[in-house]
Amino acid sequence: MTKASNNGAKITASVYTSHVPAIGVAIDMDKKGEAYWQPLFKGYEYSQQWLKDNKPDVIFLVYNDHATAFSLDLIPTFAIGTAAEYKPADEGYGARPVPVVKGHPELASHIAQSVIQDDFDLTIVNKMDVDHGLTVPLSLMCGQVDEWPCPVIPFAVNVVQYPVPSGRRCFMLGQAIRRAIESYDKPLKVQIWGTGGMSHQLQGPRAGLINREWDNKFLDRLIDDPEGLSNVPHIEYVREAGSEGIELVMWLIARGAMSDINGGAKPNLAHRFYHVPASNTAVGHLILENK
Amino acid sequence: MALEKPYLDVPGTTIFDADQSRVGYHLNQFCMSLMKAENRTRFKANERAYLDEWAMTEDQKQAVLARDLNKCISLGGNIYFLAKIGATDGKSFQQMAGSMTGMTEEQYREMMLNGGRSIEGNRYVGEKK
Repeated sequence: MTKASNNGAKITASVYTSHVPAIGVAIDMDKKGEAYWQPLFKGYEYSQQWLKDNKPDVIFLVYNDHATAFSLDLIPTFAIGTAAEYKPADEGYGARPVPVVKGHPELASHIAQSVIQDDFDLTIVNKMDVDHGLTVPLSLMCGQVDEWPCPVIPFAVNVVQYPVPSGRRCFMLGQAIRRAIESYDKPLKVQIWGTGGMSHQLQGPRAGLINREWDNKFLDRLIDDPEGLSNVPHIEYVREAGSEGIELVMWLIARGAMSDINGGAKPNLAHRFYHVPASNTAVGHLILENK
Repeated sequence: MALEKPYLDVPGTTIFDADQSRVGYHLNQFCMSLMKAENRTRFKANERAYLDEWAMTEDQKQAVLARDLNKCISLGGNIYFLAKIGATDGKSFQQMAGSMTGMTEEQYREMMLNGGRSIEGNRYVGEKK
């Protein structure tokens, strides 16, 4: 593997956010000013300004597909998008009226090759549509725009069919992604975003479950004890944060890619936000900056 | 050796694992077909005839016709796939989720506004509330 050079690509920050579909609907239907939605969007005002002030060259966006691009015909555990562009998907209500997502095929292919050689068996995707899992975080962070501020590399994780990858595996994968990005020899500023969660359950008689205390402990530990947090087993996510709360393992991919995991300085906590509810879900949001 | 399934004692929860996925394959793929507008139209025009094009069990077809999502899940359905039926019917995700809880739409919405379903008493089957 190539050694990181000062002139190469680097990860500048990581962003964590829920990706509830109803948030996309609220944005697209211009409901942001409604009393129900106001407190949620207020929590992202800082973040939109922050993204303008800290514009990356590329966003590496970890999310999950919700039976949109991947049906039960094909269920990749980890899939990296290496295409030039991705269309917003029609999830049954018509496609979201948001810009086409431009990819970064060159960096994406470089990461794929590096990470696979680092023992993570990624699926490489050259054609797919992207659903709310990817576009809602972009809308929350960028607002309503004519085009997204930079290219995006979609990285889809299976959290639909159990077993999903373990928190530990995700945390280690994040470290491999950091190594891959740092071995790219063009001076790109890359942000890595982890999305999904927080506590929610969309199915069965226990639907509507929210666990505010567990969620906030998760946020605390993601900031201060990511290594320890990565050892939390699946069953704790399911029991404490709901069957769909297991999406939170994806946040550990982004966290694993931060410098402090590799002996660097602790990241700066630029923003923290938590809100209940957005539809069925608890919304959590963090911004961590590498020093 | 049997697979370890530590999630069977979580109340009101079905984990969509490999066994559920195997049983529900055709049911979920039928749902997936509703992503296409022309299929939604054909399904709405004659639901039974459309379902008969799929290698689903009679129980699965009846559960879909009845929009009994809990039943669909027990027969291998996954909520992200079943949501396509809801989308076809013009239902929101909150309406679909609420329909599985025995609460009215209003009660469920109110519960979410008040912070959601409490975890207390909801961790283990048979736990005292």
